[in-house]
Amino acid sequence: MGVLSFFNKTAPTLFRLPSGSFTVNRKGEVVSTTLPSGFPQEIVVLIANRILAGFQNAAASRMPLSELVINYPSLRITARDMHGGAVIFLSPKTQSLANNSKK
Amino acid sequence: MVQMEHRSEDHGSSMDNRPKVLIVDDDRAIRETYPELLAKLPSRPEVRVAKSGSRALAMLADDDYRLLICDLGMPRMDGLQILTVVRQKYPQLRTVAITGLEDEQLRSRTYALGVDLFWQKPTGSEELQSFAVCLEALLGQENDSGFRGVQSKSLVDLLQMECMAQNSVVLRICNGPLTARIWILDGEIIDAEIEDLRGEPAFQKVLSWHAGSFETLPAEPSRPRTIFKSCSSLLLESASVLDEARSQKSDPEAAKSSPLSRVAGIDGLEFVIARPGGNRSCQTSRGAENADKIGDWAGNSIRAFKELGEQLRAGPLEQIDAKALQRQVTIATHGDAEFCIGWRRNLEADQVRESTRKVFALWES
Repeated sequence: MGVLSFFNKTAPTLFRLPSGSFTVNRKGEVVSTTLPSGFPQEIVVLIANRILAGFQNAAASRMPLSELVINYPSLRITARDMHGGAVIFLSPKTQSLANNSKK
Repeated sequence: MVQMEHRSEDHGSSMDNRPKVLIVDDDRAIRETYPELLAKLPSRPEVRVAKSGSRALAMLADDDYRLLICDLGMPRMDGLQILTVVRQKYPQLRTVAITGLEDEQLRSRTYALGVDLFWQKPTGSEELQSFAVCLEALLGQENDSGFRGVQSKSLVDLLQMECMAQNSVVLRICNGPLTARIWILDGEIIDAEIEDLRGEPAFQKVLSWHAGSFETLPAEPSRPRTIFKSCSSLLLESASVLDEARSQKSDPEAAKSSPLSRVAGIDGLEFVIARPGGNRSCQTSRGAENADKIGDWAGNSIRAFKELGEQLRAGPLEQIDAKALQRQVTIATHGDAEFCIGWRRNLEADQVRESTRKVFALWES
Protein backbone atom coordinates (compact mmCIF):
# COMPACT_ATOMS: atom_id res chain seq x y z
CA MET A 1 0.00 0.00 0.00
CA GLY A 2 2.83 2.31 0.89
CA VAL A 3 4.39 1.80 -2.52
CA LEU A 4 1.11 2.58 -4.27
CA SER A 5 0.54 5.74 -2.30
CA PHE A 6 4.10 6.85 -3.22
CA PHE A 7 3.32 6.57 -6.94
CA ASN A 8 0.02 8.39 -6.48
CA LYS A 9 1.84 11.54 -5.33
CA THR A 10 1.57 14.50 -7.69
CA ALA A 11 4.88 15.02 -9.51
CA PRO A 12 6.44 18.46 -8.97
CA THR A 13 6.20 20.84 -11.89
CA LEU A 14 9.52 21.01 -13.73
CA PHE A 15 10.94 23.62 -15.99
CA ARG A 16 14.10 23.79 -18.00
CA LEU A 17 16.33 26.76 -17.19
CA PRO A 18 16.01 28.60 -20.46
CA SER A 19 18.59 30.03 -22.78
CA GLY A 20 17.98 33.56 -23.92
CA SER A 21 18.27 37.17 -22.95
CA PHE A 22 16.20 40.05 -21.73
CA THR A 23 16.66 43.75 -21.23
CA VAL A 24 15.52 45.73 -18.22
CA ASN A 25 15.47 49.47 -17.66
CA ARG A 26 16.75 51.16 -14.51
CA LYS A 27 13.35 50.66 -12.83
CA GLY A 28 13.60 46.91 -13.29
CA GLU A 29 10.91 46.80 -15.98
CA VAL A 30 11.48 44.21 -18.70
CA VAL A 31 11.83 46.08 -21.98
CA SER A 32 12.49 43.18 -24.35
CA THR A 33 13.06 39.45 -24.09
CA THR A 34 14.02 36.41 -26.14
CA LEU A 35 13.10 34.01 -23.33
CA PRO A 36 10.38 31.41 -23.97
CA SER A 37 6.93 32.81 -23.26
CA GLY A 38 6.29 29.97 -20.83
CA PHE A 39 9.13 31.02 -18.55
CA PRO A 40 7.64 32.59 -15.41
CA GLN A 41 7.70 36.38 -15.52
CA GLU A 42 8.24 36.61 -11.77
CA ILE A 43 11.52 34.69 -12.11
CA VAL A 44 12.66 37.13 -14.78
CA VAL A 45 11.83 40.06 -12.50
CA LEU A 46 13.59 38.36 -9.59
CA ILE A 47 16.79 37.92 -11.60
CA ALA A 48 16.56 41.48 -12.95
CA ASN A 49 16.17 42.99 -9.48
CA ARG A 50 19.13 41.06 -8.06
CA ILE A 51 21.33 42.07 -10.99
CA LEU A 52 20.38 45.76 -10.86
CA ALA A 53 20.97 45.79 -7.10
CA GLY A 54 24.39 44.20 -7.72
CA PHE A 55 25.36 46.99 -10.12
CA GLN A 56 23.99 49.71 -7.86
CA ASN A 57 25.67 48.40 -4.72
CA ALA A 58 28.98 48.09 -6.55
CA ALA A 59 28.74 51.69 -7.73
CA ALA A 60 27.93 52.80 -4.19
CA SER A 61 31.14 51.07 -3.07
CA ARG A 62 33.14 53.06 -5.62
CA MET A 63 33.48 50.05 -7.89
CA PRO A 64 31.21 50.82 -10.84
CA LEU A 65 30.86 47.69 -12.98
CA SER A 66 30.31 47.22 -16.67
CA GLU A 67 29.70 43.46 -16.50
CA LEU A 68 28.62 40.93 -13.92
CA VAL A 69 28.81 37.16 -14.43
CA ILE A 70 27.16 34.85 -11.90
CA ASN A 71 28.26 31.23 -12.14
CA TYR A 72 26.15 28.33 -10.86
CA PRO A 73 26.72 24.65 -11.64
CA SER A 74 23.80 24.60 -14.08
CA LEU A 75 23.47 28.22 -15.13
CA ARG A 76 25.54 31.24 -16.02
CA ILE A 77 23.96 34.66 -15.81
CA THR A 78 25.83 37.38 -17.69
CA ALA A 79 24.68 40.95 -17.22
CA ARG A 80 25.96 44.11 -18.88
CA ASP A 81 25.23 47.52 -17.52
CA MET A 82 23.19 49.77 -19.82
CA HIS A 83 23.01 53.24 -18.31
CA GLY A 84 21.43 52.01 -15.09
CA GLY A 85 19.47 49.23 -16.76
CA ALA A 86 20.95 45.94 -17.96
CA VAL A 87 20.93 43.36 -20.69
CA ILE A 88 20.92 39.91 -19.08
CA PHE A 89 21.86 36.63 -20.75
CA LEU A 90 20.86 33.27 -19.30
CA SER A 91 23.06 30.37 -20.44
CA PRO A 92 22.29 26.91 -19.03
CA LYS A 93 25.48 24.90 -18.63
CA THR A 94 23.78 21.49 -18.81
CA GLN A 95 20.43 20.16 -19.88
CA SER A 96 19.47 19.32 -16.33
CA LEU A 97 15.99 20.00 -15.20
CA ALA A 98 15.14 22.05 -12.22
CA ASN A 99 12.08 21.99 -10.10
CA ASN A 100 9.90 24.95 -10.46
CA SER A 101 9.93 26.95 -7.29
CA LYS A 102 6.33 27.89 -7.88
CA LYS A 103 3.83 25.04 -7.87
CA MET B 1 49.73 95.24 -35.48
CA VAL B 2 50.41 94.76 -31.81
CA GLN B 3 47.39 95.10 -29.65
CA MET B 4 47.63 96.80 -26.31
CA GLU B 5 47.30 94.15 -23.63
CA HIS B 6 47.82 96.10 -20.49
CA ARG B 7 46.66 99.28 -18.97
CA SER B 8 47.58 101.23 -15.95
CA GLU B 9 45.18 102.74 -13.51
CA ASP B 10 46.68 105.98 -12.47
CA HIS B 11 44.75 107.67 -9.71
CA GLY B 12 47.17 110.47 -9.39
CA SER B 13 48.74 109.17 -6.19
CA SER B 14 52.22 107.81 -5.81
CA MET B 15 52.48 104.82 -8.13
CA ASP B 16 55.36 103.25 -6.20
CA ASN B 17 53.45 102.53 -3.01
CA ARG B 18 50.52 100.82 -4.65
CA PRO B 19 50.72 97.07 -5.16
CA LYS B 20 50.73 95.95 -8.77
CA VAL B 21 48.29 93.29 -9.93
CA LEU B 22 48.41 91.43 -13.20
CA ILE B 23 45.28 89.79 -14.60
CA VAL B 24 45.71 87.15 -17.32
CA ASP B 25 42.58 86.07 -19.13
CA ASP B 26 41.66 85.51 -22.75
CA ASP B 27 38.14 86.68 -21.96
CA ARG B 28 37.83 90.35 -22.78
CA ALA B 29 34.92 90.85 -20.39
CA ILE B 30 37.10 89.72 -17.46
CA ARG B 31 39.94 91.96 -18.59
CA GLU B 32 37.56 94.88 -18.55
CA THR B 33 35.50 94.25 -15.41
CA TYR B 34 38.10 92.96 -12.94
CA PRO B 35 40.26 96.10 -13.03
CA GLU B 36 37.15 98.08 -12.07
CA LEU B 37 36.50 95.72 -9.16
CA LEU B 38 40.12 95.87 -8.01
CA ALA B 39 40.25 99.63 -8.27
CA LYS B 40 37.69 99.82 -5.45
CA LEU B 41 39.87 97.85 -3.01
CA PRO B 42 41.26 99.76 -0.04
CA SER B 43 44.83 99.11 -1.17
CA ARG B 44 44.01 100.72 -4.55
CA PRO B 45 46.26 98.44 -6.58
CA GLU B 46 47.68 99.30 -9.93
CA VAL B 47 46.06 96.82 -12.30
CA ARG B 48 47.40 95.59 -15.58
CA VAL B 49 45.96 92.97 -17.88
CA ALA B 50 47.28 90.45 -20.39
CA LYS B 51 45.32 88.23 -22.70
CA SER B 52 47.85 85.42 -23.07
CA GLY B 53 50.32 83.49 -20.94
CA SER B 54 53.35 84.48 -22.95
CA ARG B 55 52.45 88.17 -22.69
CA ALA B 56 51.90 87.82 -18.95
CA LEU B 57 55.31 86.23 -18.43
CA ALA B 58 56.94 89.03 -20.40
CA MET B 59 55.16 91.61 -18.23
CA LEU B 60 56.18 89.84 -15.03
CA ALA B 61 59.80 89.94 -16.17
CA ASP B 62 59.57 93.70 -16.74
CA ASP B 63 58.09 94.80 -13.44
CA ASP B 64 57.52 93.80 -9.82
CA TYR B 65 54.01 92.58 -9.16
CA ARG B 66 52.39 91.67 -5.86
CA LEU B 67 49.54 89.55 -7.22
CA LEU B 68 48.81 87.49 -10.32
CA ILE B 69 45.22 86.55 -11.16
CA CYS B 70 45.33 83.85 -13.79
CA ASP B 71 42.55 82.18 -15.75
CA LEU B 72 43.12 78.42 -15.98
CA GLY B 73 41.36 77.74 -19.28
CA MET B 74 43.25 79.57 -21.99
CA PRO B 75 44.45 78.48 -25.45
CA ARG B 76 48.10 77.62 -26.09
CA MET B 77 49.67 78.26 -22.68
CA ASP B 78 47.02 77.42 -20.11
CA GLY B 79 46.79 78.69 -16.56
CA LEU B 80 48.47 75.68 -14.96
CA GLN B 81 51.48 76.09 -17.24
CA ILE B 82 51.73 79.79 -16.41
CA LEU B 83 51.41 79.14 -12.68
CA THR B 84 54.09 76.42 -12.82
CA VAL B 85 56.53 78.86 -14.38
CA VAL B 86 55.52 81.66 -12.03
CA ARG B 87 55.92 79.54 -8.88
CA GLN B 88 59.48 78.73 -9.88
CA LYS B 89 60.57 82.15 -11.13
CA TYR B 90 58.67 84.43 -8.75
CA PRO B 91 58.15 82.57 -5.45
CA GLN B 92 57.22 85.79 -3.67
CA LEU B 93 54.36 86.55 -6.06
CA ARG B 94 50.87 85.88 -4.68
CA THR B 95 48.81 83.88 -7.12
CA VAL B 96 45.08 83.43 -7.66
CA ALA B 97 43.69 80.91 -10.12
CA ILE B 98 40.24 81.55 -11.55
CA THR B 99 38.15 79.24 -13.68
CA GLY B 100 34.64 78.79 -14.94
CA LEU B 101 34.84 75.03 -14.41
CA GLU B 102 33.62 73.18 -11.36
CA ASP B 103 36.28 70.50 -11.11
CA GLU B 104 37.63 69.07 -7.84
CA GLN B 105 40.65 67.49 -9.50
CA LEU B 106 41.59 70.76 -11.12
CA ARG B 107 41.21 72.46 -7.76
CA SER B 108 43.55 69.93 -6.10
CA ARG B 109 46.09 70.15 -8.92
CA THR B 110 46.07 73.92 -8.74
CA TYR B 111 46.58 74.03 -5.00
CA ALA B 112 49.34 71.45 -5.34
CA LEU B 113 51.22 73.99 -7.42
CA GLY B 114 51.31 76.27 -4.38
CA VAL B 115 48.67 78.71 -5.57
CA ASP B 116 47.34 81.01 -2.83
CA LEU B 117 43.74 80.96 -3.90
CA PHE B 118 41.57 78.93 -6.27
CA TRP B 119 38.31 80.60 -7.13
CA GLN B 120 35.48 79.75 -9.47
CA LYS B 121 34.76 82.86 -11.47
CA PRO B 122 32.28 84.79 -9.35
CA THR B 123 28.89 85.35 -10.92
CA GLY B 124 26.70 87.20 -8.43
CA SER B 125 27.45 90.42 -6.62
CA GLU B 126 27.88 88.63 -3.27
CA GLU B 127 30.46 86.23 -4.71
CA LEU B 128 32.21 89.13 -6.35
CA GLN B 129 32.33 90.91 -3.00
CA SER B 130 33.81 87.82 -1.27
CA PHE B 131 36.34 87.51 -4.05
CA ALA B 132 37.34 91.15 -3.58
CA VAL B 133 37.79 90.62 0.18
CA CYS B 134 40.09 87.65 -0.46
CA LEU B 135 42.13 89.63 -2.97
CA GLU B 136 42.53 92.48 -0.53
CA ALA B 137 43.69 90.02 2.15
CA LEU B 138 46.30 88.64 -0.24
CA LEU B 139 47.45 92.11 -1.20
CA GLY B 140 47.71 93.04 2.46
CA GLN B 141 50.08 90.22 3.26
CA GLU B 142 53.67 91.26 3.68
CA ASN B 143 55.63 90.54 0.59
CA ASP B 144 58.86 89.39 2.11
CA SER B 145 57.82 87.70 5.33
CA GLY B 146 57.19 84.00 5.88
CA PHE B 147 58.20 80.99 3.86
CA ARG B 148 56.10 79.47 1.17
CA GLY B 149 55.86 76.21 -0.74
CA VAL B 150 55.18 73.93 2.20
CA GLN B 151 53.40 71.46 -0.05
CA SER B 152 56.48 69.24 -0.16
CA LYS B 153 56.51 68.91 3.64
CA SER B 154 55.24 65.75 5.25
CA LEU B 155 51.80 65.73 6.80
CA VAL B 156 53.35 65.35 10.23
CA ASP B 157 55.43 68.51 9.70
CA LEU B 158 52.39 70.37 8.52
CA LEU B 159 50.28 69.32 11.51
CA GLN B 160 53.04 70.22 13.92
CA MET B 161 53.35 73.66 12.36
CA GLU B 162 49.62 74.32 12.59
CA CYS B 163 49.44 73.10 16.18
CA MET B 164 52.52 74.97 17.38
CA ALA B 165 51.18 78.17 15.84
CA GLN B 166 47.92 77.59 17.76
CA ASN B 167 46.03 77.91 14.49
CA SER B 168 42.37 77.15 13.88
CA VAL B 169 41.92 75.63 10.44
CA VAL B 170 40.51 72.67 8.59
CA LEU B 171 43.06 70.75 6.54
CA ARG B 172 41.59 69.13 3.46
CA ILE B 173 43.92 66.40 2.26
CA CYS B 174 43.57 64.58 -1.04
CA ASN B 175 45.22 61.32 -2.01
CA GLY B 176 43.95 60.15 -5.41
CA PRO B 177 40.20 59.66 -5.14
CA LEU B 178 40.30 59.81 -1.34
CA THR B 179 39.70 63.00 0.58
CA ALA B 180 40.22 63.49 4.29
CA ARG B 181 39.71 66.40 6.64
CA ILE B 182 41.44 67.23 9.88
CA TRP B 183 39.92 69.87 12.13
CA ILE B 184 42.33 71.96 14.20
CA LEU B 185 41.05 74.40 16.79
CA ASP B 186 43.40 76.69 18.71
CA GLY B 187 46.30 74.40 17.92
CA GLU B 188 44.54 71.19 18.98
CA ILE B 189 43.42 68.43 16.67
CA ILE B 190 39.75 67.95 17.50
CA ASP B 191 38.47 65.67 14.74
CA ALA B 192 39.41 63.81 11.57
CA GLU B 193 37.28 62.22 8.91
CA ILE B 194 37.88 59.96 5.96
CA GLU B 195 35.05 58.08 4.30
CA ASP B 196 33.25 56.20 7.09
CA LEU B 197 36.01 56.69 9.65
CA ARG B 198 36.06 59.48 12.20
CA GLY B 199 38.26 60.50 15.08
CA GLU B 200 41.53 58.75 15.87
CA PRO B 201 41.15 55.82 13.41
CA ALA B 202 40.61 58.34 10.61
CA PHE B 203 43.62 60.36 11.77
CA GLN B 204 45.85 57.28 11.77
CA LYS B 205 44.68 56.30 8.31
CA VAL B 206 45.45 59.76 6.91
CA LEU B 207 48.89 59.68 8.49
CA SER B 208 49.68 56.44 6.69
CA TRP B 209 49.43 58.24 3.35
CA HIS B 210 52.81 58.86 1.76
CA ALA B 211 51.81 61.59 -0.66
CA GLY B 212 48.97 63.84 -1.63
CA SER B 213 47.95 67.45 -1.71
CA PHE B 214 46.37 69.65 0.89
CA GLU B 215 44.59 72.93 1.25
CA THR B 216 43.70 74.99 4.26
CA LEU B 217 40.04 75.79 4.76
CA PRO B 218 38.49 78.20 7.25
CA ALA B 219 38.11 76.93 10.82
CA GLU B 220 34.89 75.29 11.96
CA PRO B 221 34.69 76.03 15.69
CA SER B 222 31.29 74.32 15.96
CA ARG B 223 32.70 70.95 14.84
CA PRO B 224 31.99 68.35 17.56
CA ARG B 225 35.17 67.14 19.20
CA THR B 226 36.01 63.45 18.90
CA ILE B 227 39.76 63.58 19.61
CA PHE B 228 40.87 64.62 23.07
CA LYS B 229 44.58 63.79 22.99
CA SER B 230 47.26 66.39 22.52
CA CYS B 231 48.76 66.80 19.07
CA SER B 232 52.14 65.42 20.13
CA SER B 233 50.74 62.28 21.78
CA LEU B 234 48.48 61.69 18.77
CA LEU B 235 51.41 61.96 16.39
CA LEU B 236 53.53 59.74 18.62
CA GLU B 237 50.87 57.03 18.82
CA SER B 238 50.23 57.17 15.10
CA ALA B 239 53.95 56.95 14.39
CA SER B 240 54.29 53.84 16.56
CA VAL B 241 51.31 52.20 14.83
CA LEU B 242 52.90 52.94 11.44
CA ASP B 243 56.27 51.65 12.65
CA GLU B 244 54.68 48.41 13.78
CA ALA B 245 53.02 48.00 10.40
CA ARG B 246 56.34 48.67 8.64
CA SER B 247 58.27 46.24 10.83
CA GLN B 248 55.72 43.53 10.13
CA LYS B 249 56.22 44.16 6.43
CA SER B 250 60.00 44.01 6.70
CA ASP B 251 60.01 40.91 8.90
CA PRO B 252 60.53 37.99 6.52
CA GLU B 253 59.19 35.43 9.01
CA ALA B 254 56.03 37.40 9.45
CA ALA B 255 55.79 37.80 5.69
CA LYS B 256 56.07 34.07 5.18
CA SER B 257 53.36 33.36 7.68
CA SER B 258 50.93 35.91 6.30
CA PRO B 259 48.51 34.53 3.69
CA LEU B 260 48.14 37.98 2.22
CA SER B 261 51.88 38.22 1.63
CA ARG B 262 51.94 34.78 0.07
CA VAL B 263 49.37 35.66 -2.58
CA ALA B 264 50.85 39.10 -3.31
CA GLY B 265 53.24 37.78 -5.95
CA ILE B 266 50.55 36.29 -8.18
CA ASP B 267 50.71 37.87 -11.62
CA GLY B 268 47.92 40.33 -12.31
CA LEU B 269 46.63 40.45 -8.76
CA GLU B 270 45.77 44.00 -7.72
CA PHE B 271 44.09 43.48 -4.39
CA VAL B 272 42.64 40.82 -2.18
CA ILE B 273 40.09 41.11 0.61
CA ALA B 274 39.33 38.09 2.77
CA ARG B 275 36.68 37.72 5.44
CA PRO B 276 36.95 34.49 7.43
CA GLY B 277 33.45 33.36 8.34
CA GLY B 278 32.07 36.38 6.45
CA ASN B 279 32.93 38.37 9.56
CA ARG B 280 33.68 42.05 8.93
CA SER B 281 35.78 42.39 12.07
CA CYS B 282 38.08 39.56 10.93
CA GLN B 283 38.65 41.09 7.52
CA THR B 284 42.17 41.27 6.13
CA SER B 285 43.12 42.97 2.93
CA ARG B 286 46.05 43.91 0.80
CA GLY B 287 46.29 46.54 -1.95
CA ALA B 288 42.67 47.60 -1.65
CA GLU B 289 41.60 51.17 -1.13
CA ASN B 290 38.17 51.40 0.38
CA ALA B 291 38.51 47.76 1.53
CA ASP B 292 35.66 47.85 4.05
CA LYS B 293 33.08 49.06 1.55
CA ILE B 294 34.20 46.67 -1.17
CA GLY B 295 34.26 43.84 1.38
CA ASP B 296 30.68 44.70 2.39
CA TRP B 297 29.58 44.77 -1.22
CA ALA B 298 31.27 41.41 -1.93
CA GLY B 299 29.69 39.77 1.13
CA ASN B 300 26.24 41.10 0.30
CA SER B 301 26.61 39.96 -3.32
CA ILE B 302 27.54 36.45 -2.21
CA ARG B 303 24.48 36.22 0.02
CA ALA B 304 22.12 37.74 -2.59
CA PHE B 305 23.23 35.48 -5.43
CA LYS B 306 23.36 32.38 -3.24
CA GLU B 307 19.73 33.02 -2.45
CA LEU B 308 18.95 33.57 -6.13
CA GLY B 309 20.63 30.28 -6.98
CA GLU B 310 18.44 28.49 -4.45
CA GLN B 311 15.31 30.11 -5.83
CA LEU B 312 16.26 29.13 -9.38
CA ARG B 313 17.38 25.66 -8.28
CA ALA B 314 20.55 26.34 -10.25
CA GLY B 315 22.82 24.88 -7.61
CA PRO B 316 25.23 26.49 -5.13
CA LEU B 317 26.89 29.74 -6.17
CA GLU B 318 30.32 29.00 -7.62
CA GLN B 319 31.81 32.37 -8.35
CA ILE B 320 30.95 35.92 -9.36
CA ASP B 321 33.11 37.61 -11.99
CA ALA B 322 32.80 41.32 -12.57
CA LYS B 323 34.42 43.86 -14.82
CA ALA B 324 34.99 47.34 -13.49
CA LEU B 325 36.44 50.26 -15.39
CA GLN B 326 40.00 49.62 -14.37
CA ARG B 327 40.06 46.02 -13.22
CA GLN B 328 38.31 42.70 -13.03
CA VAL B 329 36.96 41.37 -9.79
CA THR B 330 36.34 37.83 -8.61
CA ILE B 331 34.04 37.17 -5.67
CA ALA B 332 33.85 33.69 -4.22
CA THR B 333 33.80 31.69 -1.02
CA HIS B 334 36.52 29.23 -0.15
CA GLY B 335 36.13 27.20 2.99
CA ASP B 336 34.35 29.50 5.36
CA ALA B 337 36.00 32.64 4.01
CA GLU B 338 34.58 35.18 1.60
CA PHE B 339 37.04 36.54 -0.94
CA CYS B 340 37.01 39.56 -3.17
CA ILE B 341 40.00 39.62 -5.52
CA GLY B 342 40.92 42.40 -7.93
CA TRP B 343 42.71 41.54 -11.16
CA ARG B 344 44.38 43.55 -13.87
CA ARG B 345 41.78 44.51 -16.47
CA ASN B 346 43.53 42.86 -19.43
CA LEU B 347 43.90 39.43 -17.82
CA GLU B 348 42.22 36.64 -19.81
CA ALA B 349 39.26 34.84 -18.22
CA ASP B 350 41.22 31.56 -18.08
CA GLN B 351 44.10 33.29 -16.32
CA VAL B 352 41.70 34.79 -13.81
CA ARG B 353 40.22 31.37 -13.03
CA GLU B 354 43.64 29.76 -12.75
CA SER B 355 45.02 32.57 -10.60
CA THR B 356 41.96 32.49 -8.36
CA ARG B 357 42.67 28.80 -7.70
CA LYS B 358 46.26 29.76 -6.86
CA VAL B 359 45.05 32.36 -4.36
CA PHE B 360 42.92 29.75 -2.60
CA ALA B 361 45.74 27.21 -2.62
CA LEU B 362 48.27 29.64 -1.19
CA TRP B 363 45.76 30.85 1.35
CA GLU B 364 45.34 27.33 2.67
CA SER B 365 49.03 26.45 2.66
